[in-house]
Amino acid sequence: MRYDVIIIGGGPAGLSAACAAWEAGCRSICVVERDRHLGGILNQCIHNGFGLHYFKEELTGPEYAERFIHMLRQTQADVRLDAMVLQATPEREVHLISPARGYEVLQGKAVILAMGCRERTRGALSIPGTRPAGVFTAGAAQRYLNLEGQMVGRRVVILGSGDIGLIMARRMTLEGAKVLACMEAMPHPGGLTRNIVQCLHDFHIPLYLSHTIVEIRGRTRVEQVTAAAVDQDRSPIPGTEMVFDCDTVLLSVGLIPENELSLQAGIEIDPRTNGPVVYENMETSIPGIFACGNVLHVHDLVDFVTAEAAQAGAEAAAYTASTETAAPLAVHAGHLVRYTVPQRLRAGRLKDGAVLSFRVSALCGKCRIQVHGSTGSLLASFPRERLAPGEMERIRLPKSILSGEGESITVSVEEDAAI
Amino acid sequence: MYDVTVIGCGVVGAAIAYELSKRKLRVLVLERENDVAMGTTKANSAIIHAGYDPEPGTLMARLNVEGCGEMERLCRQLSVEYRRIGSLVLAFDGRDMKTLERLYQNGVANGVEGLRILSAGEVRAMEPAVSEAVCGALYAPSCGIVDPWGLCIALAETAVRNGVELRLNSKVERIETMAAHYAVHTSAGVFESAYLVNCAGVHAHEISAMTGAQEWETAPTRGEYYLLDKNCGGLVKHVIFQCPSAAGKGVLVSPTVHGNLLAGPNAASVSDPDDHAVTAAGLAEIAAAGRKSVPSIDLRQSIRNFSGVRATTSEEDFIVRPSRHSPHMLHAAGIKSPGLSAAPALARYAVEQLGAMGLPLPEKETWQGGRTQLRFRQLSQQEKAALAARDPKYGRVICRCETITEGEILDALRSPIPPCSIDGVKRRTGAGMGRCQGGFCGPRVMEILSRELGRDPVSIPQDGDGTNPLTPWNQGGLANEV
Repeated sequence: MRYDVIIIGGGPAGLSAACAAWEAGCRSICVVERDRHLGGILNQCIHNGFGLHYFKEELTGPEYAERFIHMLRQTQADVRLDAMVLQATPEREVHLISPARGYEVLQGKAVILAMGCRERTRGALSIPGTRPAGVFTAGAAQRYLNLEGQMVGRRVVILGSGDIGLIMARRMTLEGAKVLACMEAMPHPGGLTRNIVQCLHDFHIPLYLSHTIVEIRGRTRVEQVTAAAVDQDRSPIPGTEMVFDCDTVLLSVGLIPENELSLQAGIEIDPRTNGPVVYENMETSIPGIFACGNVLHVHDLVDFVTAEAAQAGAEAAAYTASTETAAPLAVHAGHLVRYTVPQRLRAGRLKDGAVLSFRVSALCGKCRIQVHGSTGSLLASFPRERLAPGEMERIRLPKSILSGEGESITVSVEEDAAI
Repeated sequence: MYDVTVIGCGVVGAAIAYELSKRKLRVLVLERENDVAMGTTKANSAIIHAGYDPEPGTLMARLNVEGCGEMERLCRQLSVEYRRIGSLVLAFDGRDMKTLERLYQNGVANGVEGLRILSAGEVRAMEPAVSEAVCGALYAPSCGIVDPWGLCIALAETAVRNGVELRLNSKVERIETMAAHYAVHTSAGVFESAYLVNCAGVHAHEISAMTGAQEWETAPTRGEYYLLDKNCGGLVKHVIFQCPSAAGKGVLVSPTVHGNLLAGPNAASVSDPDDHAVTAAGLAEIAAAGRKSVPSIDLRQSIRNFSGVRATTSEEDFIVRPSRHSPHMLHAAGIKSPGLSAAPALARYAVEQLGAMGLPLPEKETWQGGRTQLRFRQLSQQEKAALAARDPKYGRVICRCETITEGEILDALRSPIPPCSIDGVKRRTGAGMGRCQGGFCGPRVMEILSRELGRDPVSIPQDGDGTNPLTPWNQGGLANEV
């Protein structure tokens, strides 16, 4: 079967991309979702706080998803549910399998990757100790609790201060569990400030920065964990051990974009984001294959996923109708900037400007985000009161400053004290 | 009354049950855990050793070489994943080169075929990722890798299909010696049997003590491992050993049949044979040793750490002999490395021993040895399409990392030894073995288990008894329980 645009993933990114492609005039769209429902991880995010930027109102995850599912239903886009993509080829062939339709090969003029991300596990951290039941990634625990209606434990220690872990600290508390502590190996929190306040402080759950779990004990179920302070290299400091009697450990230690299909297709991956390298239009290194949402880089707010995916959807629709090429400009991550998305720009293709997303590598006070050209000239400067690694930052670069800017631009952050 | 009762269903117990199932005998297998393959069998290096390590003339040498020779055929018959990939023992200095020479001579004496000592250049041509410091290696082309729990499950299933009775959750607590038989008291009832085979692994000495005196000292040694993501699975093509020492065969780096990369084990003596912890020190030791062999090994790609306990004893060799105190009891104990490699040959040897002890061994006319297991991910596109068209359950992928379908999980649940735990499904199908470690598919596997077994999800264990991921809902103010 042939489609103009095939979207892999029916979570927030895929839904937004599909709606935007339709709005841009594309009339041949297929969304492939591996779960039995559209909405992706939003379905288990039953807390509120979604949509503040995009809808200017506060929604729960399922409500936010429902708005887009409703919008998608107004279109004639095809949806394949319970359908797993087994392979996507550089020629934009998408192989999938589902109970309803068996093995299918779809041919797309454009393909949008919107597979989301997965959680880092205990194995990735090599936490010493025994391997009893009761160690969950925060998202898996969230699924059990919010979708399956099952309780995962009573006395909980959380490792990592990522947003899902913070949300689960509050959620478990509300369900009657005792959350004893949240440990964060870095000197700064991993999640949003509002979640630190609303999910930990408001419930008197202590947050231990620069601390980690050094041992998990228990034969069948978790019985105890030992935590310790860590030094600058994140190595435990002897003598700082604390012991917690608990039956559950939740891990919120990072999200990894799920790019197995991208790698299989031969798409270039940025080792900093673990997502594809993309141009200003969210196109990957393979022409006609686009990426957006958490498969591209991990976001904090679904609103930004929606915006990014809407761009990818519209650009994919435009791609199916055009063949114009333009010389690319590399975007380098400079001082205090961990990465940028997109990593490449084609100024000739921009309508009015480009949005750059990035994260800083350390907490910054009053500062300026600066964009320099390849010759060192300052192209743009954006003042900020504060930047945190846990909060993605976005700037908009006007097309006028990018035209004729050689081979690259560099985004860096200068703290005001240092300027 | 059973003719033979096998105590313990790791790979040794399962292989012996498999051999006994070819005879006209009433055979019972008792296993204390809720599944087979729950001890050393599920946590080891998964290597089929060529057989140059054991001292010539030992039982270990003979059974290892014999077992290695038949493993490929056996695994094909039983639909167990196995690959003959060959091994390299690396030498880093002159002393190591002398060790290689000794191993080579051992191997020749043991009847290992194809052994060759390679120059540094030959080694690096075969394995570009090994250390520049390597000055030579012993190459053993017959070495293989296997799915160890898969082998155990397949052997046990075949035994059960041929009439052997398996009782899980039946821990032997006491053995009473009667006039002409034994009364085996377990946590699930008393069983009478004319002969006993002690395959209790790291607990074999306890079983021995129940029928008289302890015949050996047990000295369990724990080995820890790193299992790395499949994107590292191609780093080396052979099993990469270092020279063995008194502590064992040392840290190896090897691909697994599942496509991952394995590094380990260390060797630390433990007082508790069920102590499966990993330690920061142990992991650091493996990391250092792994990097010595393969400097580019990236341990940040770890997806799981685990440890297994080897049944080391005061005796160097395997202990496969009649009890000195109880004439109808056969020990198959102290089966440390290369026990997995030796298991098929060891089982035949054990049955011969039973014959010599007086057990009649009439052959069955109707024994069925074959077994097939469908693995969706290994099929061609056409085969996948045909399968999903025939049964939509094979069109639903449950484990996205390993591409395991609901159909395969249902196959496992309808097998002769159906799993009752999430990890039981994992060992049979591969669901949950991938890089997300069951984060996504765990709840779905639980849902299938709950539905198919008709059990409350709260009662479903992750692995052994008591390892339930879910806890019952609020039993009266949890928050006040602080």
